[in-house]
Order: sequence, then structure tokens, then C-alpha cells
Amino acid sequence: MRGVAPLKDLDRELARFHGRLKVGAAFVALLAVALLGRAFFLQVTQHEHYTQRAESNRISLVPVAPNRGLILDRKGRILAENYSAYTLEITQSRTTDLAATLEEIGKLIEITPGQLRRFRRLLSESHEFETVPLKSRLTDEEVAIIAAHRYRLPGVEVKARLFRNYQAGPGMAHVVGFIGRINDNDLKRLREQNLERNYRGSVHIGKTGLEQSYETLLHGRTGFDQMETDAGGRAVRMLSRIPPVPGKDLRLYLDVDLQAVAEEAFGDYLGGLVALDPNTGGVLALVSKPGFDPNLFVDGIDPETWKSLNESPERPMVNRVLRGIYPPGSTIKPLMALGGLELGIRKPGDSIVDPGYFSLPGSTHRFRDWKREGHGVVDLRKSISQSCDTYYYRLAVDMGIDRMHDYLKQFGLGARTGIDLEGESSGLLPSRDWKRRRWNKPWYPGETVIAGIGQGYHLTTPLQLATMTAMLANGGKQVEPRLVEAMREPLATAWQPLPGAVRGQVTTKPENLAVVREGMLDVMRPGGTAARSAAGAPYTIAGKTGTAQVVGIKQGAKYDEKRLAREHRDHALFIAYAPAEAPTIVIAVMVENGGSGSGTAAPIARAVFDYYLTGKRPGAVDLEGNDARD
Amino acid sequence: MHGISHWILRRLSHLDGVLLVLVLVLLGISLAAVASASGQSPARISGHLINIGLALGVMIVFANIPPHLLSKVGPSLYVAGVVLLIAVALFGEIRNGSRRWLNLGFMAFQPSELMKLAVPLMLAWYFQRHEGLLRARHFLVGGALLAVPFILILRQPDLGTALMIGASGFYLLFFAGLPWKVMLGGGVLAGASLPLVWNLLHDYQQRRVLTLLDPTADPLGAGYHIIQSTIAIGSGGLFGKGWMQGTQTQLDFIPERTTDFIFAVFGEEFGFAGATVLIALYLALVARGLVISARAPTLFGRLMAATLSLNLFTYAFVNIGMVSGILPVVGVPLPLMSYGGTALVTILLGVGILMSVATHRQLNKT
Repeated sequence: MRGVAPLKDLDRELARFHGRLKVGAAFVALLAVALLGRAFFLQVTQHEHYTQRAESNRISLVPVAPNRGLILDRKGRILAENYSAYTLEITQSRTTDLAATLEEIGKLIEITPGQLRRFRRLLSESHEFETVPLKSRLTDEEVAIIAAHRYRLPGVEVKARLFRNYQAGPGMAHVVGFIGRINDNDLKRLREQNLERNYRGSVHIGKTGLEQSYETLLHGRTGFDQMETDAGGRAVRMLSRIPPVPGKDLRLYLDVDLQAVAEEAFGDYLGGLVALDPNTGGVLALVSKPGFDPNLFVDGIDPETWKSLNESPERPMVNRVLRGIYPPGSTIKPLMALGGLELGIRKPGDSIVDPGYFSLPGSTHRFRDWKREGHGVVDLRKSISQSCDTYYYRLAVDMGIDRMHDYLKQFGLGARTGIDLEGESSGLLPSRDWKRRRWNKPWYPGETVIAGIGQGYHLTTPLQLATMTAMLANGGKQVEPRLVEAMREPLATAWQPLPGAVRGQVTTKPENLAVVREGMLDVMRPGGTAARSAAGAPYTIAGKTGTAQVVGIKQGAKYDEKRLAREHRDHALFIAYAPAEAPTIVIAVMVENGGSGSGTAAPIARAVFDYYLTGKRPGAVDLEGNDARD
Repeated sequence: MHGISHWILRRLSHLDGVLLVLVLVLLGISLAAVASASGQSPARISGHLINIGLALGVMIVFANIPPHLLSKVGPSLYVAGVVLLIAVALFGEIRNGSRRWLNLGFMAFQPSELMKLAVPLMLAWYFQRHEGLLRARHFLVGGALLAVPFILILRQPDLGTALMIGASGFYLLFFAGLPWKVMLGGGVLAGASLPLVWNLLHDYQQRRVLTLLDPTADPLGAGYHIIQSTIAIGSGGLFGKGWMQGTQTQLDFIPERTTDFIFAVFGEEFGFAGATVLIALYLALVARGLVISARAPTLFGRLMAATLSLNLFTYAFVNIGMVSGILPVVGVPLPLMSYGGTALVTILLGVGILMSVATHRQLNKT
């Protein structure tokens, strides 16, 4: 049908259409304004914001880890160095099936159960997207095998990493320490110290020893490459670079040869030895036996090895020099003697008649001398050379515990020495005040008596004994022990000394100090308790023996070394310095279950003196020939 | 010789000068943007040039087809399209989770593309037949003609195309004189049924809408595209970073940057000034189209010209709105800017029809 529409309708429709066109145009204009408004908001109002976001999209900072500083002994021999090696690393989040991947790798190259255990432990400690090493120090062949099969091992990478090698052996482990992978605790600490950024490219951090205490110097400053990267994270070009500043090299006072001599001198015994330069506080040797292999820790230790190290009854992980606390025993006597003189309680010529015991007035309890029959007439010098207990029981009572505490305190007992290693014990210097605070108990007079011979509550570390002895040797200068002597910029030749601190000076009357020193010389002379250990030495030694009791001896019983199981024998102590006229070396030795200071500890010191002062290496050290018990 | 050149001149005389200039300027800008977005890839640039040539050819052809001939194609094209859509629903190929493609053996084909042109042609043809006698029932029939392909495409599911076809159909009904109260009622009804529609939407469609509301909720997933394109546009600033200097573009941060997201490239490199010029060009195209519509002698011509003009701007609005983060991500290319032959041919075919309406005035009157 072809209808003919009335013209009126057509006109009306046309007019309506033109109206609608205007509405359409207005609608379009509205949409255009919306678009322009949005564009204005993004490009003008928010321009800064989006520019910043585009820049952070485009620019990424790639951290460049600095090379860690070396650690050298005093003769420039390397104790800790870096090497780069290939490691096989796995990112769990990028693997399709971790178990299958591990199995697949196991078919290609050898993976030991220990490596697998270590990997599992590291995996449990890290986030899914972090790479965790499975095997370090890959051989070239292993690298080639993995590279050839990489395409079917997603998430598996071979990376070149810097490692730390400790070639000086287990004997240096307690000094140098080790680095280990940065864990959550380390990260937390770094964050608190605001150092997190400086570790962005680093995998390792110092965990113990010098590696820990000199971490800041050894680590250096991380550099950053400012890279332009595309959306896929691929670097397009380098925009700028802040180069890393490598860590400082450290040189020690310590001599690895001297250290080896000391270690050897211990033979089968365990214990600790520290040798100091009394003038500088420089640590010439620091032995804690047994040691351990620090290389085990660098890339994460496997749990089984860790367990065996940690739970061994020999406790190889404990640095006995810093953390071993023992009653100082008779090694405290020279200082007690000096205190007696300085405080005016004794004169050098004052003497007692020793019946072999001491009793407090009004008491029948006998504090016995180690020599049952007594030492007869004993003056100050003899009290040192014979280690007469009765003399010091009486001196202690005359001095009183408070004066004793105050005097001994000046020589650093009961406080950390301030050595440049962490984890030092402060030991314990008892006092009336301490007992009240610690135990809320009064001080008993009998406790003063045994404190006089370094027993009772007294606890000292071998390092404290060494610094105390150094003060006797250097005339009262309280030096802080220092392992690190100097540092240098890597590759530079000039060393910058890092002088140790002097904490203070105890003034003594020269004649008083001279008498005490004479007593210590007498110890090493014929008739003295450690005379055998000085026999034939081309230099003079001043020393003092001591024992630290492991089990208490009942009143009236007699200590019989031969009947005691070895682990119940007393710890042997010995402190000494040489040459006596102008001391250059101070030694404190502690031999665990060594029996007597003169029998086991003094010969070890002699071997160290010999090597340090004459260059002579020791022959077989006779550890069993005893002069006297104490 | 003289005959051929005379023939060519006659063909070219059907081109509208204003539209032609605007189209060529936009295509020139597009060429520059595609060159930058593709990293001056010779394959992309030459491909784009070929598409442009082809699409301009189609435009010239359609400019020479008189509107009354074109209107006769409407019903058959529409019927064929609906049949094909039903075929898709029954035997279509599923790609990316929706059934949109019909495998013709030698090529895969989306019948919904055909409907973009068939729906306005059909409706314009229908209203032309009843010119001057339009009653409510005619609009009812028009609505039904629109609803059939709309629902078929929505079910594929292809929300973007369905909405674009729905919009073009609505424009045509609007220009044909759809009463305001019907529109108002429809609007209220649509608003009320929004929750219902939301539940009918597929998961991925819901996600797209949600992503728009808060792109940062899923910065590495669906929100990534919007975040990166808004960063690109925003960092362009007033005058842009300069041609080939956009870091978001050149470092691959913008997805689909030669096709759907080309506006992000343009906005980053030419800034707010460039965006304003671009939108002004689209406005000029629409204005010219509406002028042609107003002058058209037949209802068919008027309705087609007005609808095609508004359609073109709607595409631009939806695309730019999506890229700049005010509309959900729907796969709509930017007219005359995005790389891609099909879209370019479709757009320039529409421009050709506009030119035909503009230049066949006298002929049709007789």
C-alpha cells in the first residue's frame, strides 16, 4: 500500500525532527564536555601525580651489592675473603611443582640429603617469591647441565654469587666469625637502624665474630643503577649509576702462627686462651677450643649439622674467652695483694704463720689451705709464689667485702672489657649490695673469706683475667682489648690505624706494684708453683696459677685428681706476662678440666711466650708433669 | 580517455568536501599515532595505509549509491543478519568464552558486525514507509525490530556490541519521533530493573564494571589496563611529551596501544591540547552530519544521517571514556584512529552513506 500522508502530518513530523536534531546535538555536546572535563582532570589537575607514577613505572633502581672487605692477620695473611661461584637457586612461586622440580634436578646433578635439608629449612624461612639456594659452588659441568635443561625447569636459575671463604680453619672461627643469609630478625634490625636500603642487593650479613661486630665497615655501601625498564621489567638503558662503595679491609693484631701455636699447645684439652699486648690492648691470639668450620654457615647450614654443633657437650659454638665464666681462683691473689698494700692493710714484710687453715673469730669452721700442713711463715711475696690460701683468707677478712669489691672493680672485674666482639659476658664481682639486690640476703662473713681466694660468687672470663693482668704488667693502664688494628680502603695500600680505647688509669705506689710483680716472678722461679714452666726460658716470666672448682669438695675431704672423672676435674687457670722487665705480651689461659694451673695451663702459656718472644716453635709440651697442685 | 576522467569526476562529485577534509585529517593523525604506538613498525604502518585505502574506497562506493537504493537493501540485510545470529546461537564457535563467530569454512565472521549497519537501515526503511502516518504501534514494531538482534547479541554474550547496536536503534527511534513519555517510562523501567540486569550479567562483565569503579582493587589484573592508560594520559600534561616520546607508550606499559587504547598514546604524546583538537574534530564531523541530516529530502536520509552521526560520536565517547577510566572496558575501537580494517571500513561506510545523503538531494526530490 502506498499511502498518501496528509501534508499537515508531514510538516509536523519535520518540525519535530528538527527539534530532535537539536536535542541530539545538545546530547553530543554534553558527552564532549564530559570527555574534555575528564581529560582536563587527568592532564592538568592531576598531571603531577600521573607524571610521578609514569616515572616510577619507567625507572627502577637496581641495587649493586658492594664487595665485602677482607680480614687479614697482622702479617697480611687472609682470614676471610670473597670468591664468586655459581649457585643453583629456586623460586618457589615460579615452579609448577616443587617436588617434581627437585626430583628432576636430582636426576641431573648430585644433590646431597644435607643440601636438601638445608634447602627445606631456608624455604620455610623465606617468602614464596624469594629465591632460595639449593646447591652452591656448582662445577662448570653442573652449570652446563642445568643450563641445557633450564627450559623445562621453570623457577630454577643458576646465579653467580659472591661468597665468603674462611681459610684459616676452625681455630679462627671464634675470632672472625661468619656471615650468613639475612633472615627476618636481621631485616627487622636493619629496618630499625634505617639500613634496609643499604642491604637491598645483599644476601649475607655478619652473624658472629668480627664479621658481626665490624659489619658496617666490612659491608660497604650499596650502589644503585637507575635503569629505564619496560613493562616486562627488562632493562632498556641505564640512566645513571651510583657506584657501590666496597667494604673496608681489616687488619688484626692477631698472628695466625701464634694462634696455631696456642691451639696446638692445648693438645686434647679444651679451653680458652687470650694473649694481649699490654700496651695497646691488641689481641695477639684468641683461642677457644673446640672451634668449628665457619664455612658451613655461609650459605645456610643444614639442620642436622647445626643440631650436632649446637647440642655437642663440648659446646663448640661458645667462645670460652668471652663467654666462659669461671671463678678466678688463685689468679686473683696478686690483685688482692696489691689491694692490701694500696689500702694500707698489709705491708710487704707483714707475715703470718700458716697452720694450714683459717677460722673466723668465734667459729670452729676451718677454711683450709690447699696445702694441708700449711706453708709456715708467709709474707706477701711468698703468699703469691706459694699461693697461700690462709694468707688471703685473713687479708680478705681485714679488707672486708665492700673494699674488696671496690678495689677489684678498678681492674675491670665484673664488667665487660669492651673487646670489639659481641656477646661478651660481664662475669660477676660480688658485693654486699649485689647480694642484697640479687638474692635479697645479707652477706655472711664466711663468704668474704672464700672471696679472698677467688672462690664463692666470683665469676670471671678469661678475657677479664687477661685485661686485669695487663694492668699489672703496664702499671695500671686499663686498655680495652682490640682485635682490629687498622683498616684500609680496598685496593689501597695505606692502612688507617683504629686505635683502641684506654678506659682509665689505676694509680699505684710503684713500690707496692714492684712487690706484687716480684711475687709473680717468684711463681716462675725455682720453688714457685709454676717454676717448671719457666725452666730454660731466655726471658723472664711473671705469672700466677689458679684452679676453678667444678665440683665442691666436702669439708674434711681431700681433692684427689686421679679419682675424679675427667669432666669433674677442676679447670686450670694461668695468668702471666713477659718479659717481666718490659712486658710485651700478657696471657690468660683456662684449661677445662685441666686439673691444676701449673700442670696444664702454664705450659700452654710458655709455648705461646716462646713463639712470640723468640720465634721458637714448641716441641712436645709435657702437660702431665706437675710441680704443685696450685 | 575523456569519458573515463569524466566518470571519475562524477563519482568524486558525490563526496562531501567538509566530511572528506575532516576524515583525512583524522586519518593523518591516526597514522602518526599508530606509527608511534607500534614503534614505527613498517608492517603496522603499511597495514594501516592499506586499510585506509580500502576503507576510503568503500566510502566512495557508498557515497555513489543513492539513498533510495540503499533503503531497499535494509529489510533483506536485516533478515539475513537475524538468521545468521540465530545460526551463531545454534552452531557458533566459542572464543574467549562467548559464542560470537560463525565459521564459514574459508573465514570466521561475526554477524553482529553486520547488524551495526542493518539495524539502522531496517528501521529507517520501516519509518520511511510509514512517513507521515506514524502512530504508537509503529514505534512498538520499531522497538521489536531492535529488540530481536539486541537480545541475540546480548546472549552471545557481547555486551559492548549489543549496547552499541541498542544505542543506534534508540537514536533512530528518537529521531523518528519516539514520544518523550515513552522514553521517560522506559528510563524509569530500565533504572528499576538495573539490579535484575546486574544479576544477569556474566562474571567477567560484572568484574569490568567493578574494575571501573575501583581499578586499584585489582592492579595487576583487569585494572592494569585502565591504570596504565590513565597514567599515560595524565602524564601527558597540557602539551604532551611529544611524538614518539611517550614513556608509557614506548616502554610497552599501555596495552593494545595501536587498537583500543590508541587514545592513551595520543593523550600521552600530545597532551590536553591534542585531546581537545581530536574531540573538536569529532564534534565537527557530527555537526556536519547533523547539517546533512537537516537538509536531507527524505525521512530515510534524515534518519540515517542523524543516527550515523550520533553513532560515530558514541563510539568515540565510549572508547575515550573507557581509556580515560570513566566507562568500563568494552572492546570498542576509536573511530578513524584505531588500527584495524573492519572497524575502519564500517565507519567509512557510514561516512559514505552520509555523503550519499548529502549529494543525492536533487535526484531524490524528483
